[in-house]
Amino acid sequence: MIKAAFLPGPIKNPQPERSNFLIALAGNPNVGKSTVFNRLTGLNQHTGNWPGKTVLKAEGTFSYRNHHYKLVDLPGTYSLYANSADEQTARDFICFSRPDVTLVVCDATCLERNLNLVLQILEITDRVVVCVNLLDEAERKLIHVNVEQLATELGIPVIGTTARNGRGFLELKNTLHDMVSGKIVTQPRQVTYDQELEILISKLENKLAPWLPEWLNSRWVALRILERDYSILEHIMISRKPEKLSLQIIQEGIALCLQ
Amino acid sequence: MSVSLALNDMAIGESAKITGILTIGKNRRRLLDLGLIPGSIVTVIRRSPSGNPTAYLIKGALIALRNEDASQIIVDKITIK
Repeated sequence: MIKAAFLPGPIKNPQPERSNFLIALAGNPNVGKSTVFNRLTGLNQHTGNWPGKTVLKAEGTFSYRNHHYKLVDLPGTYSLYANSADEQTARDFICFSRPDVTLVVCDATCLERNLNLVLQILEITDRVVVCVNLLDEAERKLIHVNVEQLATELGIPVIGTTARNGRGFLELKNTLHDMVSGKIVTQPRQVTYDQELEILISKLENKLAPWLPEWLNSRWVALRILERDYSILEHIMISRKPEKLSLQIIQEGIALCLQ
Repeated sequence: MSVSLALNDMAIGESAKITGILTIGKNRRRLLDLGLIPGSIVTVIRRSPSGNPTAYLIKGALIALRNEDASQIIVDKITIK
């Protein structure tokens, strides 16, 4: 009834152009994530404490080329396997808050250990940009990072930056702009597991697909269930309430595991 | 010839190559996420006054591990000629 009052009026643009976007900032601890955050937002951040979490998530905003961005600084983690409150916060945000882009900040001086998290995030979403930060420190240590090659290998945009002095940030902002405008199509590198596991994944994925929201990556959910990490299903149960179905899926998942 | 031992049996300053991880499940995953992957090199940097935990250099980052966790990691000591 209330809605009816709003019905008459000018016909809306069939596909209104979006101008507000959500960006998640992820990365290992001590990679200069917060420096990247401050550089992008110009220190316009305030910290917030989410209920039930001991973890702080900073939020800030910035505008660039007529787009407005909300940037959320996630806790620094090595992994997204929900072993700690930090990891769970980061994982749930990337998974369920559906950011338009997840910006993963990496340390150029020890890139290898950072790529574990990058690959884990690429299993959840294809809307990822990697920022190889601390390039100045890497140069001091005579480390050269081939950013173009890394982008080719990962199938996503990779930008080299030094957040301390703003180097690479114009390119970074242009890349974010092109990502949210749909001008960049990524082809993320997928981790392929051994054949036995891949068969289980596809079996489980087929069973799960009808019950999952279409934006949730069913392969990723299948992998979590095979690892017996059911915390992911709790979220889906809360949002969809298919309690019986979820329990059934869990049991089938276990049965498949033990086959 | 290489000597196999647990990571917590190494002395400060020594380096070793990881050959195996004895735990399974979440603990194993955790150690792998920290960069403790078979084939990679670990150096013992310092030990806390009580002897536990110990700080190790793993793939460019300093990581503190409890002896209970370090004892699950099997390494080959690298001897400098």
